[in-house]
Amino acid sequence: MTPLWIENGRVIDPATKRDGPGDVFVADGVIVARLTGAQKKRAKKIDARGLVVCPGLVDIHVHFREPGQTHKETILTGSHAAAAGGFTTVVCMPNTSPVADHPGTIELINAAAKNAAVRVYPTGCITVGMKGAQLAPHGSLKKAGVVALTDDGLCIQSNELMRRAVEYAKMFDLPILDHCQDDSLTKDAVMNEGTVSTRLGLKGWPHAAEDIIVARNIILSAYTGAHIHMQHVSSAYSVELMRRAKKDGVNVTAEATPHHLALTDESLGTYDPNFKMNPPLRTEADRRAIIAGLRNGSLDCIGTDHAPHTPTEKDREFDYAPNGITGLETALAVCLDVLVRQNKFKLSRVIDLLTRRAAAVLRLPAGSLAPGANADVCLFDPEAKWTYDAKKGFSKSSNSPWHGQQLTGRVQTTIVGGRIVYRAGRIL
Amino acid sequence: MPWTRQHLLTIEELARAEIEQILATAAAFKAVLGRKVKKVPALRGKTVVNLFLEPSTRTRLSFEMAAKLLSADVISFDADRSSTTKGESLRDTAQNIQALNADMIVLRHSAGGSPLYLSKLLHIPVVNAGDGAHEHPTQALLDVFTMREKLGDLRGRKVVILGDILFSRVARSNIHALTKLGADVTVVGPATLVPLWFRALGVRVSHELRSALADADVVMLLRIQHERQAAGHFPSVGEYTSMFGLNKTRAAWLKPDAIIMHPGPINRGVEIDSELADSGRSVILQQVTNGIAVRMACLYLCAGGQPEHVLAPV
Repeated sequence: MTPLWIENGRVIDPATKRDGPGDVFVADGVIVARLTGAQKKRAKKIDARGLVVCPGLVDIHVHFREPGQTHKETILTGSHAAAAGGFTTVVCMPNTSPVADHPGTIELINAAAKNAAVRVYPTGCITVGMKGAQLAPHGSLKKAGVVALTDDGLCIQSNELMRRAVEYAKMFDLPILDHCQDDSLTKDAVMNEGTVSTRLGLKGWPHAAEDIIVARNIILSAYTGAHIHMQHVSSAYSVELMRRAKKDGVNVTAEATPHHLALTDESLGTYDPNFKMNPPLRTEADRRAIIAGLRNGSLDCIGTDHAPHTPTEKDREFDYAPNGITGLETALAVCLDVLVRQNKFKLSRVIDLLTRRAAAVLRLPAGSLAPGANADVCLFDPEAKWTYDAKKGFSKSSNSPWHGQQLTGRVQTTIVGGRIVYRAGRIL
Repeated sequence: MPWTRQHLLTIEELARAEIEQILATAAAFKAVLGRKVKKVPALRGKTVVNLFLEPSTRTRLSFEMAAKLLSADVISFDADRSSTTKGESLRDTAQNIQALNADMIVLRHSAGGSPLYLSKLLHIPVVNAGDGAHEHPTQALLDVFTMREKLGDLRGRKVVILGDILFSRVARSNIHALTKLGADVTVVGPATLVPLWFRALGVRVSHELRSALADADVVMLLRIQHERQAAGHFPSVGEYTSMFGLNKTRAAWLKPDAIIMHPGPINRGVEIDSELADSGRSVILQQVTNGIAVRMACLYLCAGGQPEHVLAPV
């Protein structure tokens, strides 16, 4: 394998507290402190002038739809979208068809992941069929390679079952990822409940439905010691619950999505299903609270909830369109815009949220440029302006609220295990 | 000022002047309704398709009547007999209707925003005949038309809308129409059906009937749906009637010249006492008649007609 010499870039690696001009060296698929003389002669030089060089981004919440829903996305196309967005490690949700509640399904996913452009880790279901009734075989799923358990999208409603699930999963050191939603409060709901849903006449999803489950999970985590991770926190009150839980030392973590950072329910005025997801876009006060939560550590990381759906599925009455938007190809630019430019986060802080801290939630071997680490690297131009055309993107689907928008900040090169997988708009 | 809209989707997007144009045009058509020969040739040779994907009797009949009085050919299309039960999408259904050379679609649909969606897909006019809990523009227009007949200028007039506001497209469209015309609107009913969010639409929210009725010029009742009880929005129909039903005692709180309105269909004995519905204060049947004139105006204008051509003798 040709060694790489990435030179002249601004190296930002929160894991090793690097932030400044410098070089990054890669040999035999890992980061090295320096290249030997012989390696230097063979090395491929990558000129990173004007670019930020950081660890490959980590997304612990994506839907790659394989097996069973490959008309929306495959592990291969999803991994291409990831690479184009600077992501080198992703964690797939198990709501495939069949759902990933069985080691055989995990084997299928792992087999497909071998051909992927980036590292793809599977999760398994908490319950059989994601039906919220009977525990899935967590131990066998762990042996098959899952890094966490979740019934993503279908929150376990029974407190008793959730308690047993987190106790049982803890035995295998498997975190539980929870989509926090009390279903009894959200029947037929399609958007945030508030003044906008009132004006549009759409059925509202009160943030209380999220807050109740976040509180429930914090309490069960405190009671059992099990690690529970709150997916895509969307409400200000839930951020506050997380702040208090962390202050109390409870073993909980949480993520925020780029869309909840950037958008509010005011975007729904034209009933565009490309702004429909679950949990829904909320108010400006919620958006501000999520940004503050990422600033003060109440929330741990950013995850995209990349959820592809075909144009035919999305192109219909708002009430009937499925939830979810794609996010891998736009996440970095959106985070740079909202967090760095609008909210004056340090660039290194934003990279931390997208790399080291995301990996840390699930203890994945990623998110660092320390010598010996996997040579997963992202090179991006933080000032490059580009217009995102979702139809020409790498995801198989194009359901993005940023379609046609001008974005600032673009990935130039993505390296996985020392191999360049994406460069200048092309998958290699 | 010429009429420029091709579609009638919401009241919210209309300027006050546009509402005035519709009302003036409707007044001219109402004069036609008083003649011996009620039909005018305005839409002769045009086909109006009533695409009603949610059950409706009176709105559909009213639109059919309006289109026929304009000399249009009318095809009405019901949810239960349509291809939508075979799983055809709204996009495909509507594009087929357009391909059949329809000149206009009147859409009733259970999903809010679907008329806007259709208007972006089609090149023929779309008239909203009620979309989910969002808007029912022609109902609000016929309501304000009726109020103006009875009360004149609505500026400063007090209108109470009483009942299931949360799920009501009639309430939303009326709120927009009335506030644009300068009326003061109070929405009244149980807190579960009249959330405070409505304040953002520029209305008062009240859960107390007596004070709301005391200075009202208009009380508009909305139908109470039994399924809201099942969903826990109120304990029972009996409790609703005892707290919020309009009966003789409560009608006595109203000013003597206040009028009672209802978009129908009425639950006699639930939201309103039968006697009151039939009393001289009730303008419920006049609303129905005015609905024809207002819908004639809407169809006429969206088909490209101009107000001044009707205001001159047709």
